Amino acid sequence: MSIWEYANPKKFMATTDAVLPWVTGLAALALVTGLVWGFFFTPDDFRQGSTVKIIYLHVPAALMAINAWAMMLVASLIWLIRRHHVSALAAKAAAPVGVTMTLIALFTGAIWGQPMWGTWWAWDPRLTSFLILFLFYLGYIALWEAVDSPDTAADLTSVLCIVGSVFAFLSRYAVNFWNQGLHQGASLSMDAEENVADVFYLPLLVCIAGFVALFVALVLIRTRTEIRLRRLHAIELRERLG
Amino acid sequence: MIRLFRRDLALATRAGGGFGLGLAFFLIVVTLVPFGVGSDTGQLAAIAPGILWLGALLSCLLSLDRLFQLDFEDGSLDLLATAPIPLEGVVAVKAAAHWVTTGLPLTLAAPVLGVLLNLSGPGAVWLVISLALGTPALSMIGAFGAALTVGLKRGGLLLSLLVLPLYIPTLIFGAEAVTRGQQGLSATTPLALMAAVTLGALALLPFAAAAALRVNLR
Repeated sequence: MSIWEYANPKKFMATTDAVLPWVTGLAALALVTGLVWGFFFTPDDFRQGSTVKIIYLHVPAALMAINAWAMMLVASLIWLIRRHHVSALAAKAAAPVGVTMTLIALFTGAIWGQPMWGTWWAWDPRLTSFLILFLFYLGYIALWEAVDSPDTAADLTSVLCIVGSVFAFLSRYAVNFWNQGLHQGASLSMDAEENVADVFYLPLLVCIAGFVALFVALVLIRTRTEIRLRRLHAIELRERLG
Repeated sequence: MIRLFRRDLALATRAGGGFGLGLAFFLIVVTLVPFGVGSDTGQLAAIAPGILWLGALLSCLLSLDRLFQLDFEDGSLDLLATAPIPLEGVVAVKAAAHWVTTGLPLTLAAPVLGVLLNLSGPGAVWLVISLALGTPALSMIGAFGAALTVGLKRGGLLLSLLVLPLYIPTLIFGAEAVTRGQQGLSATTPLALMAAVTLGALALLPFAAAAALRVNLR
């Protein structure tokens, strides 16, 4: 019994079929709990008022935007090294979800920034890095769309994902160097002394769990769709030959 | 490899190679900027480092799609792939030839165009240094992008979408170095960082580009 057994599309489909309702349910439950808790049952911040509550969308979305790219990187590596098709399809499936998360983070950030910083947009390092991440996602998706042969597309996008990761990282620190920003330092880390107060922290954790489950559920659904598309394509080819 | 280098240089400089087009494009960009932002010399001097770097970057991009495309179409890329020299070496040589025909002329022309934008003397010196250190990275990254899109029918637009985000670190450090130099501050930190990006790109990207080429030649 090894993890690679799930690279078998049949096994993958069977397992995800059983797991998917649970993950989706968990995502719905955690999101509803976290958001309702966060929006209606936490006190207003003494300086930011009720605008602080957008944190329950902003932070988890931003977190998942980065983690989605990391997941794509791992999936791309698995595809390049072990040639498991499910892995390549999962990377393909994750990209649009990652883009959406990036957009959510950027838009909620703008909405939050307007009352707090007095501007929708500033060339703050984190904002800029996210915009750059968005561009990387766009390039990745565009390359998938542009190449006809699925295996070639998977190879090229995997290489792009790896090189892109390195450059996304570089850009992140180059941007830091370029301009000091408006964001505060880390406020959710495990060991920092200045963290968000527990009243806000706990619902935020639930929201993060909800976003993780939502991401997993969406990627699973999209990967299953991709696998079905492949099967459909194979059936059509067989019928045309037969 | 030297022969390949010479061949690429000859192809680029002779008729239809597009040599000089990049330079002309650079000139036009720089000419258009004052029309867009006004002819106030102080303002022009302030944005000159960024404009010159952006112009150099865009003119570099202009000639990228023909880096592998023509060789791919007439089949010589297949021959190069089966030649005894490694494909990584082919990529590196082609990127070097691209740099000699675009990056180097751009570097040499930049201070002249800097005069048009009222760039100060020390600024011009730093501009040449930063372009000389940064444009090899632009060629190499561009070669990677060109290798990814070589098999595509309309790869040009996609190429810019893929390559331009990869240019961000080089652009940041390059423009920053010139700005600091112009203001009389020490520009060595951004220059060192940019040189690091360039060296890293030169060391690693030939492998990525060759991998992409192999996939496209399959």
